[in-house]
Amino acid sequence: MLKIKATIIDQAGLERTLTRLAHEIIERNGGAVGIALIGVRTRGATLAERLVKKIETIENHKVPLGILDITLYRDDFRKRLKQPCVQVTDIPFQLDEKNVVLVDDVLYTGRTSRAALDALMDLGRPASIQLAVLIDRGHRELPIHPDYVGKSVTTSLGEEIQVRLMENDGEDCVLLVQSPEEA
Amino acid sequence: MALSNRHLLGLDGVPAEDISKILDTAESLKTILSRPIPKVPTLRGITVVNLFFENSTRTRISFELAEKRLSADTVNFTSSGSSVKKGETLKDTVRNIEAMKIDMVVIRHASAGTPYFLTKCINSVIINAGDGRHEHPTQALLDMMTLREKWGTLKGKKVAIIGDIRHSRVAGSNMRGLVTMGAEVLVCGPRTLIPPGIEEMGVHVTYNLDEALAWADALNVLRIQLERQEKGLFPSIREYHAEYGITRERLKRFDKEIVIMHPGPINRGVEIDSDVADSDASIILEQVTNGVAVRMAVLVLLSGIDAAHES
Amino acid sequence: MNFAKTDNLLLAGGEIIDIKSGKHEKVDIVIQNGKIDKIGAIEKKGFNGQIIDASGCIITPGLMDMHVHLREPGREDKETIDSGCAAATAGGFTAVACMPNTTPVCDTQEVVRFIKKKAEKLLVDVFPVAAITKGRQGKEITEMAELIREGAVAFSDDGSPVADTAVMRNAMDYVKMFDVPIIDHCEDPFLAQGGHMNEGVMSTKLGMQGIPNAAESLQIERDIQLSRLTGARVHIAHLSVREGVELIRRAKDEGLPITAEVAPHHLMFSDQDLVNYDTHLKMNPPLRTPEDIAALEKGIKEGVIDVFASDHAPHTIEEKDVEFDAAPFGILGLETMLAIILKQIVNRNIISLHQALEKLTIAPRRILNLPLPEVKEGYEANLTLINLNEMWTYDVSNSRSKSRNAPYNGMTFQGKAVGVFNRGLFESNFSQ
Repeated sequence: MLKIKATIIDQAGLERTLTRLAHEIIERNGGAVGIALIGVRTRGATLAERLVKKIETIENHKVPLGILDITLYRDDFRKRLKQPCVQVTDIPFQLDEKNVVLVDDVLYTGRTSRAALDALMDLGRPASIQLAVLIDRGHRELPIHPDYVGKSVTTSLGEEIQVRLMENDGEDCVLLVQSPEEA
Repeated sequence: MALSNRHLLGLDGVPAEDISKILDTAESLKTILSRPIPKVPTLRGITVVNLFFENSTRTRISFELAEKRLSADTVNFTSSGSSVKKGETLKDTVRNIEAMKIDMVVIRHASAGTPYFLTKCINSVIINAGDGRHEHPTQALLDMMTLREKWGTLKGKKVAIIGDIRHSRVAGSNMRGLVTMGAEVLVCGPRTLIPPGIEEMGVHVTYNLDEALAWADALNVLRIQLERQEKGLFPSIREYHAEYGITRERLKRFDKEIVIMHPGPINRGVEIDSDVADSDASIILEQVTNGVAVRMAVLVLLSGIDAAHES
Repeated sequence: MNFAKTDNLLLAGGEIIDIKSGKHEKVDIVIQNGKIDKIGAIEKKGFNGQIIDASGCIITPGLMDMHVHLREPGREDKETIDSGCAAATAGGFTAVACMPNTTPVCDTQEVVRFIKKKAEKLLVDVFPVAAITKGRQGKEITEMAELIREGAVAFSDDGSPVADTAVMRNAMDYVKMFDVPIIDHCEDPFLAQGGHMNEGVMSTKLGMQGIPNAAESLQIERDIQLSRLTGARVHIAHLSVREGVELIRRAKDEGLPITAEVAPHHLMFSDQDLVNYDTHLKMNPPLRTPEDIAALEKGIKEGVIDVFASDHAPHTIEEKDVEFDAAPFGILGLETMLAIILKQIVNRNIISLHQALEKLTIAPRRILNLPLPEVKEGYEANLTLINLNEMWTYDVSNSRSKSRNAPYNGMTFQGKAVGVFNRGLFESNFSQ
């Protein structure tokens, strides 16, 4: 079992954070028209789906939702002992001229976001790409900066952030845990 | 490792989980092919050599496209005759090529077992693109992918392979893969073109095409080589077409849709008539598209660094 | 090779095994000037000469392998008469018959003379088998009378069959005049064409062109019929198929002068061992099925098979280290034959030790009209010393053959020849 060090966000907190993020996205883009949300598999996609619903509630406009699988773009693809499963990227709309908000659960080294940006560029030419993350835990290895942050958390390298979502994990919370190899 | 073997030498002994994983991955990768930029950077920095000791434009192009879609660097080595004739052994040829820093080798060779032989000569990952009349695993995988797309599953489905079973590596791999995946397989052709003891590979045998048609959900119609007639394995193209050719009239006798496959290139009017090959029941062109996706999947899944091998 | 002279030698404490009865007798043997001088209880103390301790060993007439390829003249990179005979002594053989598929083919007196000359000073008796047809082309018969006069002991186109039945009939009619046998490599060239292994389930699984049993049994049947027609003696080389065992059994029952040999690899391996496409298991006739092996064993037990012969066929590393289709047929066999026969036949009680030794000593010489060595006073000392209990591991890198194409590398065997005596020479305690 993983050693849980702290609960960073609980269920109610997650709800509030996502509502705030939705407002920020709308505010920054002057409304919901012309934006599209693209979530990075797996939990980024779930978060994006929830944000789309929140934006619809606030603005009464359903923004397009896409799901991005970045497995094939990872720079550590061949080195991972357990190769991740390649899944489908599902973006059922044109990216061109859209203001794309890329949604991910945790921003860490920035390598996932780099891969996601490359993947997006291969799919079309968006007007802009903004980055929304639920947790920014620091330790960046690339010059990647988020536009929207749910919560910034100071972590050490031996720790891990676990985002648990109802749709994927049966509960809503964000945990700070000890990395398995360190425990 | 993503698969249980670091090479793909054939489908003999390849577990169902591996086959499923390849087919699942291929289905995901297939979506890339229809994108505006149909290319991903996954195999950047990986060098793949396509070693073709036998002419095969289709398979080579399919592999080459798959490699390029994945951003691998590719080199083609094509030699119709055996390199032995030029005074260099196969072992020397591949060792020389590997010395230029190669990660993966795709090999097509007229001698059965050559891909296995290469695993003893070099360290690169070996992918069999057809060895003699033994196996052609990626062809069988793309056939299975196409059928699975059509049906959703292979389990319990009945696939008849028609024609020159004896000399067919396509049949060799299809029989093994389909049986592993729970499908039933029947082979049908003149007795001279059915190899001895084939029942022991878990397949049914018939020499009667109508029996095969009555039984089958799908036909995999093999290309008939003219040289087989020259060797006296069947009396004439005319008689072959009359007895084993897939024609609309023949299919009409059976009140059901039979899916039609062919590994290509087609001899229209010999093993299959044009109106059948181009009919709605035919999934021949899907096979070709899926060929690239399946080969991409195999390349991706075998490209992972094997930790044990590295250390 | 350097052999010691067998002069003033006491072979102490061995057991003579009588080939006919199988009786063991513990005795000492004194050898003087290459001849067995005295057999009995000899006092070591007073013996004024070299004493070899043979305790724990059996002493038999020297072994003979009537089917080897020495490759000289022509392919001295694979084997020479010298290296092949060195391998023979290591395997316990004091005599070999060498096949004529050399370059040039052994179809003239000159080549027979060359071989005899090369082997002159060796411990091993080398008996050339000359070709049935000129150039082994299967068309015109060789000058058989002169070849026999020069020293050819039999005729064979081994490596190839004589496809033309009329040519074979003429050869048999002609050779019948001299009572010399035809040794036939039985293979229907049309049925076997393009084949690299046995035809059956395994060739289907491995995707290779097969050679059906019928390719061999058809020609055995043809040869039997021709023997009936001509009265000639026919020896069937490297018998590998169950149908052949039955055909030969019936021919023998009929009283026809048919004999047959089987090679150790056909008893040890089957086509099921080819799953890794090991070219060291590629030979012609090919490895057959376990059912064929069982039939061969039955044939051995019932006396249908007269002789064990190795078909020692050296090929270079480069020739064998290729894709299966491109590799030549044949494997080494001289150094391992005795051990394999002990393992597969004697230790499994198919036949007794002395029956097996009969097929390795007297039987081949009888077929080839050669003098029969005996362990008796006054006879030439033509002997093989065998330690039946010695455990040893075959290391092909130490082989005395010039080639390395043996599938037995690393295998452990029980029983080994530890000394050979012949032509006034002896060698004992072989390095391998």
